[in-house]
Amino acid sequence: MTDKLHYEDFPEGLVIPFGTYHLTKEEVWDYAREWDPQSFHLDEEVAERSVLGGVAASGWQASAILIRLAVDGYANRSAAMASSGMEEAKWLKPVFAGETLTGRATVLSRRVSSKRPEMGILKMKFELLNLEGELKVEITGVQFMGVRNP
Amino acid sequence: MIGLYLEDIAVGLVVDLGQHHFTREAIIAFAQKYDPQPFHLDDEAGRSGPLGSLSASGWHTASAWMKCFVATNQAAEAKIRAEGREPALLGPSPGFTNLRWLKPVLPGDTISYRSTVTSKRELKSRPEWGLVFSQNEGVNQKGELVFSFEGKVLTPKRPG
Repeated sequence: MTDKLHYEDFPEGLVIPFGTYHLTKEEVWDYAREWDPQSFHLDEEVAERSVLGGVAASGWQASAILIRLAVDGYANRSAAMASSGMEEAKWLKPVFAGETLTGRATVLSRRVSSKRPEMGILKMKFELLNLEGELKVEITGVQFMGVRNP
Repeated sequence: MIGLYLEDIAVGLVVDLGQHHFTREAIIAFAQKYDPQPFHLDDEAGRSGPLGSLSASGWHTASAWMKCFVATNQAAEAKIRAEGREPALLGPSPGFTNLRWLKPVLPGDTISYRSTVTSKRELKSRPEWGLVFSQNEGVNQKGELVFSFEGKVLTPKRPG
């Protein structure tokens, strides 16, 4: 497992680009039906007239897509451990059905846990953007990461 | 919230949002789609992983809060309509703060969610709307707090 990325591979300021995620209308509706069945997500006419201005993903779905990009972008190639939470999520702009999304993670700061020297604590910023570079979602939070040489 | 206009929402209001049951199959299905880390997908990886068991993605726990929140609001709105009045419909949310996954949510767990209004304010930029802030919590069947966050949601002001 020594080929996995560890705490040592995530210096402060590192930017990790993510792949892309194409969001279909069916996926917006699938998520909304199960988890967020508000009419402004599910009904096209209501969506057009709403503050969002079109069929857009639930903020929770947009966040989950950003996490999926992060898992594929680095977490599953790393000694990532579960997270204890997220300080802040900003749902800045609607994520519309039919958009192709991408993202990036930035290491804002880092330290090794004083109680658990085998565990690093990365403070991360996660950003979800469309291909035109419009920032849609920004999440800051902690990512626990195994230390290679505690 | 619960069909109430901004003016009618009292700070300190506690709303019971009901419960959500997490099956092993649903935990794995959610993780496959949005959070495919081994400890959310596989019993063996869960056991040897950081949480000691297969556990739900934190975003699954959060999505289930939203499901309970929307169902509670829609039931309250229907009741107001049945009384011949027009309910206030929730608007979108600009995000959240201080989301915490305090304990893992495990297969077979039932989480009870609740929301407490902590403050509210009018919006200069959108005169017909206000923002309602809430503290939200999820408690498992053993009474342990497993999930919390501070939410905010656009809420319409009374027309006229």
